[in-house]
Amino acid sequence: MSKTRIEVLDRREFLVASGAAVATLTALTSGALAREMKDANKLLQELTGGAKPTEGKVKLEMPEIAENGATVPVKISVDSPMTDKDYCESVTIIAPKNPTVYVATFKFTPDSGKAWVSTRMRLAQTQEVWALAKMSDGSFRIAKTNVKVTIGGCGG
Amino acid sequence: MGKARVKVPKKAKKGEIITIKTLIKHKMQRATKDKKTGKPIKRNIIHTFEAKFNGKPFLTAEWDTGISANPYTAFTHRVSESGEYEFVWKDDAGQTYTAKARIEVA
Amino acid sequence: MFGTRYRMGGVAFTALGALAVAGVFTLGAGSASACEECKGKFEVDGKKSGYLYSNPSTQAMEDDDFDNPGMLWVEKGRKLWAKKDGKANKSCQDCHGAPEKMRGVYPVYPKYDPKTKKLINIEQRINRCRTEKMQAKPWKWDKDNLLGVTALIGYVSRGLPVNVKIDGPAKPFFEKGKAFYYQRRGQLDMACKHCHEDNAGKYIRADFISEGRGGGNFPTYRLKWQKLGSLHRRFKGCNKQVRAKPYKQGADEYVNLELFVKWRTNGLPVEVPGVRR
Repeated sequence: MSKTRIEVLDRREFLVASGAAVATLTALTSGALAREMKDANKLLQELTGGAKPTEGKVKLEMPEIAENGATVPVKISVDSPMTDKDYCESVTIIAPKNPTVYVATFKFTPDSGKAWVSTRMRLAQTQEVWALAKMSDGSFRIAKTNVKVTIGGCGG
Repeated sequence: MGKARVKVPKKAKKGEIITIKTLIKHKMQRATKDKKTGKPIKRNIIHTFEAKFNGKPFLTAEWDTGISANPYTAFTHRVSESGEYEFVWKDDAGQTYTAKARIEVA
Repeated sequence: MFGTRYRMGGVAFTALGALAVAGVFTLGAGSASACEECKGKFEVDGKKSGYLYSNPSTQAMEDDDFDNPGMLWVEKGRKLWAKKDGKANKSCQDCHGAPEKMRGVYPVYPKYDPKTKKLINIEQRINRCRTEKMQAKPWKWDKDNLLGVTALIGYVSRGLPVNVKIDGPAKPFFEKGKAFYYQRRGQLDMACKHCHEDNAGKYIRADFISEGRGGGNFPTYRLKWQKLGSLHRRFKGCNKQVRAKPYKQGADEYVNLELFVKWRTNGLPVEVPGVRR
């Protein structure tokens, strides 16, 4: 709300307006927006058991701009020897701004040969997508990438 | 309809890591309401996908509503012997879809 | 990829008529993009397929026959082709042989039909076979069966140039289709040409506008639809977007328009099933 606008309001209007503004702000931080973030972080915490995932070794490939959020190609590869002693157990895709932040988990075995998967996912809006890898030694790795989802002018 | 398509090389060398592609026709329906009638539409997605070689699973996937309609998945496998692949998809409606393919190790 | 994109927001779209036309299109930093090899294939005599107006990731989905989700329908079409149906207990194959024998059919439809004295397109031709030769029920537009066989007939003509005839008895229908294309319609008072001729290669909000040469790629798998769909379904979408009342799939208006759009595509290769955003 701009300063000029407030000056032209009388006191009662101002109180109502600012009250509403405060209410909106609270709703945003403790409601929808915050919940979106909290869910993804909570999910991450649940998956890692509180361990902090480190960056690197995970490659998350997605188009910078998705032409339509309904079908967005995604490729994940994890740098791992994939031996019985040392392999990547799984990767989980998380979309923090999707209605359901958990997208999918792919579980590998040493027989997989590579910790690599290519699939297509839905993105409800522009956001940062996460790929969490669980290694056989119990450590976690994470990669993040931003994808812009275009809102078409001629959806048809 | 012929729902699933899989692409597996017919031949490989022992120890070779091959790429497998899979595609299945499925709406991956999220729980929602019918636009016209307002009636609820139940969620019906493929929630589990499994790839087995000679009966032994080597890749399993758990999907939620964020996987696109007509799910596409490509992944790898280290081939140790000749044998048969089996791919299994399971959805909320209790349907199971399977596809098979053979590979020969030279 | 396409560089900076400019958004006009909802304002331009709520403005009416000529104002909207003037205000909503924005020049993108990029132009139609693809590898040189693809360019040769999808650009003929200065005409560009919608393929060249797609993102590389969407192009890649069309390029590979396995990755292309539209192939699920082609395979369904192949099964239906050989399946006996109707009171006559006949399959498409019983009369026509292998689907590959239909190579060359897709590029020349719609064409003049002496029987009804108007145009007939592929979908209608399939349903005529069903009702007359097979004595079976016609298939519904934009359902898997009709999409499947239509896609199959398109698929076996892949790579052939679209080549519809617009002279002779087809001429008056071509003229009607052309008139439709240039006719302003709907609350936004826009004709097909305002987007696809005057403003191709620019952005309408976030969408990169193609030249509207969709005569070689439908039925197309649209990412938005999450399934295969007919050219007539796309026409309906365009009409709705300018807030005009759309016609039904298979309406004379749309078959005539199909001939005009396909003529605009003449020379470009058949790429069924296409993949678009």
